Amino acid sequence: MIRLEQLHKSYTVGSKTVPALADINLAIEPGEIFGIIGHSGAGKSTLVRCINLLERPTGGRVIVGETDLTTLTAKELQQERRKIGMIFQHFNLLSSATVQDNIAFPLRLAKRPKEEVDRRVSELIQLVGLEEHRTKFPAQLSGGQKQRVGIARALAADPKVLLCDEATSALDPQTTASILALLRDINRRFGLTIVLITHEMQVIRAVCDRLAVIESGQIVETGRVLDVFLKPQHPTTREFIEQVEDSAELREVLKHEKAAGTRNIVRITFIGEKTYEPVLYESMREADVSFAILQGTISRMKDTPYGQLVVELNGTTEQVEEAIRLLLARGVEVERL
Amino acid sequence: MTTGFLSVGLAITFSNIPWPQIGEGLVATLLMLLFSLLFTILLGLPLGIFLFLTSPGQFLENKPVYAVLSVVVNILRSVPFIILMIVIFPVTKWIVGTTIDVQGAIPPLVFAAAPFFARLVGTTLREVDRGVIEASQAMGASRLQIVLRVLLPEARPGLIAAATITAVNLVSYTAMAGAVGAGGLGDLAIRFGYYGFKPGILIVTVVLMVALVQLLQTLGDRLVRRYSRK
Repeated sequence: MIRLEQLHKSYTVGSKTVPALADINLAIEPGEIFGIIGHSGAGKSTLVRCINLLERPTGGRVIVGETDLTTLTAKELQQERRKIGMIFQHFNLLSSATVQDNIAFPLRLAKRPKEEVDRRVSELIQLVGLEEHRTKFPAQLSGGQKQRVGIARALAADPKVLLCDEATSALDPQTTASILALLRDINRRFGLTIVLITHEMQVIRAVCDRLAVIESGQIVETGRVLDVFLKPQHPTTREFIEQVEDSAELREVLKHEKAAGTRNIVRITFIGEKTYEPVLYESMREADVSFAILQGTISRMKDTPYGQLVVELNGTTEQVEEAIRLLLARGVEVERL
Repeated sequence: MTTGFLSVGLAITFSNIPWPQIGEGLVATLLMLLFSLLFTILLGLPLGIFLFLTSPGQFLENKPVYAVLSVVVNILRSVPFIILMIVIFPVTKWIVGTTIDVQGAIPPLVFAAAPFFARLVGTTLREVDRGVIEASQAMGASRLQIVLRVLLPEARPGLIAAATITAVNLVSYTAMAGAVGAGGLGDLAIRFGYYGFKPGILIVTVVLMVALVQLLQTLGDRLVRRYSRK
């Protein structure tokens, strides 16, 4: 749906050239929710703004659908942009227009007939649950409500792609959750491709299918959220994962256990329905090994349940080997720490 | 009737105020104000928009054009009105065929007020949230649509405030125009009140102009409040 090929972006400040993005290659599939995570200044905002050419890349191609946006004239670009919705951290609503006029705005820009505008606005107001606020002005709404208006406005012209530029960063956790739920709902119902940038791993975990980690203008890691979460490769990725997992705490536990001379510590990873099965207990019983759970998470990654347990196994070397073999046989992943 | 003392010690009398002439003067002032404000907005608004759009960082950014416009605007703003009016007599004569009366006053009033108003328009437009402009670009708005559907509506309260300030300035300019043959309240104040030693007339005209300014300001403030959504 979206392909970024050898994308480069640099800014010229005085006589100096400051690189912002270097050799970005990404392919985003139709219907997926793709997350881009990075610290502030990493270039994630520049990257998402390159997708609709709010920032014009200095090199490379931006292909949305079948069209290479970088080759278009100003007029053609306006037409293509109507197929790409965008929402913003600070909502960027027209303060002088009511909720319904804000939502109607892209349709009026496209000079759609009045009946169509009215019908579409009513549908969207209902979709985002703002029926009672139709004639209010943005200043009269809460942050979450403003972002709902932003979403309705972004969807008005029936785009194929929705870009979210830190869309939940100005919202409290509860409101963030409700906005994310709305985005997932829209993604499912309309098969909309969503590109979301954030600095919060919770956001990625809650809605994304795949993610890319960006650091100093380069993509340092990319993959399915589940895979990246369970086996992060890059230090920056690990850092982000620590936002949601207590891996820092785990390091403490390990240090303590190692010091105490305990050896048989393993990390067991469950993915999917196995998470809820008594895999651990059964394997341990068969191998006649006793165990202590040192740390653990059982959670969901978007729709997939997963669990990760750090377990200390107590038994002879053979018993422990057997226990690990049995676990592997049951299809869970085991890693010695 | 009423007597009092001006600080210079002249006796003030309101017994022989030429009310019909005051009435004519008021009408002349109002006409000057109305037409000059109208043309000031018609010229100054597009000029201000253009000034803003060609300024650095905006989507018609053009350094030479902006620099030239900016200098022209500054020159017109820095020449005192009473001198500007005299300097442009030939231009006035060419535009309206005369340099006196209400007609003759309008071109210099517009020449003085339009650059001032344009500057205020530019400043007001700069206050419009960049994010909103960007969002409309992302939605595929053309430049014209951004100006008409985003910049102007978003800046409306500020633009009304700018027009109000300009109108108030124009009231004082019309009084100066009175000094060189434009008629109006200023003319009465200067001719009868000052040269003719009739402080009564002076005071009546001043009171009328103060009332006019108050009225304009109140009206402007009310409109600003009505359109403010922040």
